[in-house]
Amino acid sequence: MILAAAAASSAFSGWAFYLAQQSINALQLGSIYALIALGYSMVYGVLTMINFAHGDLFMLGAFACLLIAAFLPLPFVVILLLVILLIGLLGALIERVAYRPLRGGPRVSAIITALGCGLVIENLTLVNFPYAQRMPALFTSTSYQVAGLTISTLQLLIIGISVALMLGLDFFIYKTRYGIAMRAIAFDARTVPLMGVPADRIISLTFLIGAGLGGAAGMLYGLAYPVIAPSMGVLVGWKAFIAAVIGGIGSVRGAVLGGFILGGVEIMVVAFLPSTYRDLISYSLLLVILIFKPYGLLGRAPNQKV
Amino acid sequence: MSALTVENLTVSYGDIHAVKGLSFEVREGEIFTLIGANGAGKTSTLRAISGLLRHGGCVRLGDRDLEGIAAEAIVSLGMAHVPEGRGIFGNLTVLENLKLGAWIRRDHKAIAEDLDRMLTALPRLRERLTQPAGTLSGGEQQMLAVARALMSRPRTLLLDEPSMGLAPKLVKEIYHVIREINQTGVTILLVEQNANIALKLAHRAAVLETGTITLAGDSAELLADPRVREAYLGA
Repeated sequence: MILAAAAASSAFSGWAFYLAQQSINALQLGSIYALIALGYSMVYGVLTMINFAHGDLFMLGAFACLLIAAFLPLPFVVILLLVILLIGLLGALIERVAYRPLRGGPRVSAIITALGCGLVIENLTLVNFPYAQRMPALFTSTSYQVAGLTISTLQLLIIGISVALMLGLDFFIYKTRYGIAMRAIAFDARTVPLMGVPADRIISLTFLIGAGLGGAAGMLYGLAYPVIAPSMGVLVGWKAFIAAVIGGIGSVRGAVLGGFILGGVEIMVVAFLPSTYRDLISYSLLLVILIFKPYGLLGRAPNQKV
Repeated sequence: MSALTVENLTVSYGDIHAVKGLSFEVREGEIFTLIGANGAGKTSTLRAISGLLRHGGCVRLGDRDLEGIAAEAIVSLGMAHVPEGRGIFGNLTVLENLKLGAWIRRDHKAIAEDLDRMLTALPRLRERLTQPAGTLSGGEQQMLAVARALMSRPRTLLLDEPSMGLAPKLVKEIYHVIREINQTGVTILLVEQNANIALKLAHRAAVLETGTITLAGDSAELLADPRVREAYLGA
């Protein structure tokens, strides 16, 4: 909306111009948060469990891209698909070997295991990459001037790919039989096997997709902010987790909404206030939203079972 | 010929023995009902049969031993289970619920035909096809649960208290539907607290009390039995 308004008026003030320019940055950051938040939300939806290793899978997405690009001169899209596949499979593997055996056990065990998996991933990466790495530019990004605003190929690509992935996921969840089964598990996992649906396979698929999207986000994040370090999984992962909670954890559309809200708030705070206020205001926003909407903006209260 | 054989079935929750060595047989094509009060072990029995609960003893579908077969695989063997409380997915539309019921099938044309036949028989579901199933009334949800189970084309159908929480008129309606399903050749195992209506519908029956069968026989006999009349029919 802001963009359209900016394009429509040829003479707008410096303030509005600045706001419009920052909105492009907000869309870029927001789409990355949204992609990561989806993984938290999908997993929570089917298992009511927070996958605390998810942020580290996001981080691995960036490093996987770095490694692939270093050894194989592949086109951008192929690298992206490889990263999604690799990180997705890793996510599904973690569920299979680390989370599934504990299903039905105390919830705290699952949480600790997830935290442990995250730490293992982070530290394995740290052992191999003790210093922050420079992400290779996979293509030459050019900047365009549109109505006086600057937008780069990279920004367009990040926003475009994220939106395409989100639309694809939305289609999958709302239009395919596997998506229907996934939503059924989220509502009442106990009844799903009575439909002949192999719930474990749907859960594996949920991790595969969630982690794959997280990996894609890691790669896009690395291209946008090209100094990557193993610690980024925790730093960015927590933000995306907040985005998922703001949107209503368990809700896929909520995760997207939360991601864009958080990205928008962060960029605008830094644009108009001292940048040290960024996290203060983001986290305060979380608290305020949760006071008024305890299940997040699009979340729903858990089922009351008889 | 026996459609479903249960031998010495036991179910325990920790130290609590909910089902203690249950044996009965459901014959091909009949309606068999297990009646009993709340907590008698009816739901545990059905959940054990359909593979949702770990259990002792033996369950055979036809001559196939179900030992070690996962619940979702048992559906493919021709048994469907309408669970206690209906088990409707309230966040899915009516149509999505029905489609999920046909999960094990790949014959898309026949699925569409079954769907159409089901919706013609239950026009209220057709009107609400794209609504979230959670917005349906209790009676409509029960109809949906039964229709959804039929979408897998079962030869044996387990029904867990289809009358629960429904007004008498709706109970009659759902029992009419159950009779019609049975007349198409589907074997039915029905568990009920509402002994009066269940015994009137079923061919044979057994009374379940605290995890064991105390009486069994033809429904008409049980309906006339003074012990049943006193304990379950309030006569």
